[in-house]
Amino acid sequence: MLKTFPKGGIHPAENKITSSKEIKRMPIPKVVYVPIAQHIGIPSEIIVDRKDKVEIGQVVAKSSGFVSSNIHSPVAGTVTKLDMIVDTSGYKKQCIVIRTDQKNESNFEEPNFPLKKEISMDQKDILKHITDSGIVGLGGATFPSHVKLDLKNDNHVDCLIINGVECEPYLTADHRLMLEKADEIIVGIQILMHALHIQEAVIGIENNKKDAIKALKKAAQSDKRIKVAALQVKYPQGSEKQLIKAIIKREVPKGGLPMDVGIIVHNVGTIFAIYQAVQYDRPLIERVVTVTGKKIENASNFWVKIGTPIKDLVNEVGGIPEGTRKIVNGGPMMGKAIKNTDVPVTKGTSGILVISEDEASRGEPKNCIRCGECVDVCPMGLEPHLLMNLTEKGIYETAANEDIMTCIECGSCSYVCPSHRPLLDYIRFGKSIVKKLNTAKN
Amino acid sequence: MTNSILYSVLLLASLGIFAAIILYVVSKKFYVYEDPLIADVDDVLPAANCGGCGSPGCKAFAQKLVNSDDISELFCPVGGNDVMKLVSEILGKEVAEKDPTVAVLLCQGGCDVRPKTTIYQGPRTCSISAMVYGGETDCQYGCLGDGDCVAVCDFDAMYMDESTGLPVIISDKCTSCGACVKACPRDIIEMRPKNKRDLKIFVGCLNEDKGGIAKKACDVACIGCSKCEDICPKDAVIMTGNLAYIDPVLCTLCRKCVEVCPTHSIIETNFPPKKVKKPKVEKPKVEKVAVVKESVESVIPKTDA
Amino acid sequence: MADPIIISASPHIHSARTSKKVMYDVVIALIPAFLVSLYVFGYSAMILTSIAVISCLLFEFLIQKYILKTKVTISDGSALITGILLAFNLPAGLPIWMIIVGSLVAIGVAKLSFGGLGFNIFNPALVGRVFLLVSFPVQMTMWPTAVENNTVIADAVTGATPLGIIKEGLQFGETMTSLSAKIPSNMDMLLGITGGSLGEMSAIALLIGGLYLIIRKVISWHIPVILLATIAIMTSIFWLVNSEQFANPIIHILSGGAILGTFYMATDLVTSPMTKKGMVIFAIGIGIITVVIRLFGAYPEGISFAILIMNAFVPLINKYFKPRRFGSKIKAKIV
Repeated sequence: MLKTFPKGGIHPAENKITSSKEIKRMPIPKVVYVPIAQHIGIPSEIIVDRKDKVEIGQVVAKSSGFVSSNIHSPVAGTVTKLDMIVDTSGYKKQCIVIRTDQKNESNFEEPNFPLKKEISMDQKDILKHITDSGIVGLGGATFPSHVKLDLKNDNHVDCLIINGVECEPYLTADHRLMLEKADEIIVGIQILMHALHIQEAVIGIENNKKDAIKALKKAAQSDKRIKVAALQVKYPQGSEKQLIKAIIKREVPKGGLPMDVGIIVHNVGTIFAIYQAVQYDRPLIERVVTVTGKKIENASNFWVKIGTPIKDLVNEVGGIPEGTRKIVNGGPMMGKAIKNTDVPVTKGTSGILVISEDEASRGEPKNCIRCGECVDVCPMGLEPHLLMNLTEKGIYETAANEDIMTCIECGSCSYVCPSHRPLLDYIRFGKSIVKKLNTAKN
Repeated sequence: MTNSILYSVLLLASLGIFAAIILYVVSKKFYVYEDPLIADVDDVLPAANCGGCGSPGCKAFAQKLVNSDDISELFCPVGGNDVMKLVSEILGKEVAEKDPTVAVLLCQGGCDVRPKTTIYQGPRTCSISAMVYGGETDCQYGCLGDGDCVAVCDFDAMYMDESTGLPVIISDKCTSCGACVKACPRDIIEMRPKNKRDLKIFVGCLNEDKGGIAKKACDVACIGCSKCEDICPKDAVIMTGNLAYIDPVLCTLCRKCVEVCPTHSIIETNFPPKKVKKPKVEKPKVEKVAVVKESVESVIPKTDA
Repeated sequence: MADPIIISASPHIHSARTSKKVMYDVVIALIPAFLVSLYVFGYSAMILTSIAVISCLLFEFLIQKYILKTKVTISDGSALITGILLAFNLPAGLPIWMIIVGSLVAIGVAKLSFGGLGFNIFNPALVGRVFLLVSFPVQMTMWPTAVENNTVIADAVTGATPLGIIKEGLQFGETMTSLSAKIPSNMDMLLGITGGSLGEMSAIALLIGGLYLIIRKVISWHIPVILLATIAIMTSIFWLVNSEQFANPIIHILSGGAILGTFYMATDLVTSPMTKKGMVIFAIGIGIITVVIRLFGAYPEGISFAILIMNAFVPLINKYFKPRRFGSKIKAKIV
């Protein structure tokens, strides 16, 4: 029996269409739109002006606080304007628009970096490199990575968990990365273990990626401290808390962080970015994006420069097919539907999913038949039907007592509800109100 | 037979006496003193329990009025100056006098002028759809059209106009309790002074985008051309970025700006039609307003801007 | 693109399960038992079922359309199930007007007056049945006996249910040994040659449907298994103490509405608890009350009352038996 988390979870159709497609390199876009709010926390501060020439990898927006991150120019070019562009959130946000110059040095491109195994830096330097390179969690949460690594003395961390679960249907970006960059990922893990003095690391991968498990096992052969754990296929195993529970059976306390149980979790994409930042001083300016959909002709995985308009990506796979009704930035369970294809790729974009007519529409909500499915599938042990009811009626205090804030917004409840009730929509709203009430209280 | 009647009468009577004693003891023991003034003040309050004053209901507001020494900050928007005057008589404290205000919708982007570019699926309440994205149109500042304001209105002073998809405020019924202002996630409802005959001039747009983008999203958007600012004799028009705002305090309702606005985003209400030419912008006309008792000139009007 | 893009919050995919499909799965699961009742009772089973179903649907339609003036939801399948279950709980040959009255009570009182599907506290079909049982006790306990060859069976030959025979017999001082000759054999009860309501004939047909529901994940195994286990354990204890005064557990499980009630009415999604823990408590409660009524109460059969009584406790069970919250054991260091 493979490992998994004990309570809840669902198993939607995997639809990993692109799992055998090698990661291709997107041509450098003509114009990039670099939003300054690409991470959780305070938006970065723009330090370039109109008409400035910028080099590839140059810092264009500076981290403006502890929970914030640097943003680098993904291309060499000229800043044409600082504009408001609709981003993934559906609202206009500040963006740096950079027009690419013709002569983009190709020696900064990733294929020119051979595997470099020796770790020459000390702990402080490694952390500085990670901070400076603008690395954020690439699994989708975009939490600035240096914050997770900045350990206080009283936090005893003994295990590093690498998240290679990729439990979202359709997405294969992490899968391909693990296959193609297995050695680099192992070095990246060693860098972190070196920096944090951790003696144990486990890579968690769901069992539907057998080739990736094999590749990483092979790459990790020489290092006995790094283990690869094959996990049962179950959504939302990629959630930190569920992953920790599945792999080493520790339970992150309510309202706590993985650090509280001596664990740090990083996504494989983040690990690869850390490897590049530390070994080659290459900031986070591109990432792997899966462009997929049932009707997409050449669905594939791409190395994409941050700030590339999604339009360019979609054109690369043969344009938007007839009858498309929804375009999602991210996976189908947690991704955000976007308004148009002008939205740029950000550090948190793990996939672009194009959904056609038959699947795009939500069912008409009906009465709750109290079947209890939502309670069964909730990995956090919540009662989604109750939370929705309380939020709908505006009883936020009780909702807070029913632990509405521990919801991880995985969407399992909305997925299974036979009455198509918008459970997560209401819970998310309830959370935002309870958060406001809590801040008002403090 | 007689016995059984007697027994039951005795039994019932003793039960009654017993219960009466308990009731008496309990009511004495748990007696809570309440200032009789609270009841008096509560009587003059409108009993709408709308929460417009900031207290949860009229009784709570009455308590607050009685218990606080300085009540000049407190105001009942529904009852207005009349009620506050009565309160002041009862309590012998100074009360503030405020001009009556009325809720005004600062968006006129109906279905016909502001095309929908996407469809939203999910719970149809503004507060939730505002969390998901900027709305079905390309204007992220305007009305979402899901009617949260109508739902919270306790006075039936609002309804959704089905043809435009925008809420309509019935000025006569509006008590300016402010519930709709709080409910709107976009802050497109403003409390503006209720002038004589409900005359109002205001910019019916909140779009901060540049002119071209705003105009593309909505035909009646303010494009920030500053024409109104230039023509206004009283400097009542304030331009912030690409958006004009008419200060209700300074505005003398001369209507010059209405004529120059190229996108008709400045709205005038309840003015008699001009003899020379008709006003171009028409808002669903509200029925004739009864003569407003309060005078407007004396006190500086309060705005929520 | 001709149609505008749709925006909605995540998740963007949905499982194929819909409440309609769930309802029709229940209907499918009831088919074997219905076929057995057709075999045993012939036309009268058909008439009873169709009258109950039609009147349930009709009442739902009329009440929603003309009294409540809400959206008519007869196509969701829930009224259909109520109709079938009500029919299954009635004896064949019941006067038609009584069936209609039962349907009215089930739909109008037990379901729609609470707010319709999902809001009813009590199982509508059971409310209908219990209403008829207490209002018309004579007609409701006139069971056409099943004769072994299946020619027109309901030939006005009325007998009692096995549980009825036992109850009456024990009251008149008979012992189980002498009674066992009067009641059908276990095999007959399993296959359906026994006296009783329409749907409670064949334990095996009901079990097939019940298994289908469990396999299709419409119901979980918790309620049926624990309920039957409770009945079995309770009756075993009494039987072991005094086998002359109490019937053995096999008779208790196979006869009467035990299986019907267990698989189709106790597990009713709307009126059963939402958590697994709650379901266990709920099932044990029904089991105990059923056995107590059967052995010591005035009625020979008690599962309908037991389910209704426990239905009333469901909100309380939901409140006090919550799923374990993730991470609730340990205290957080950082909040």
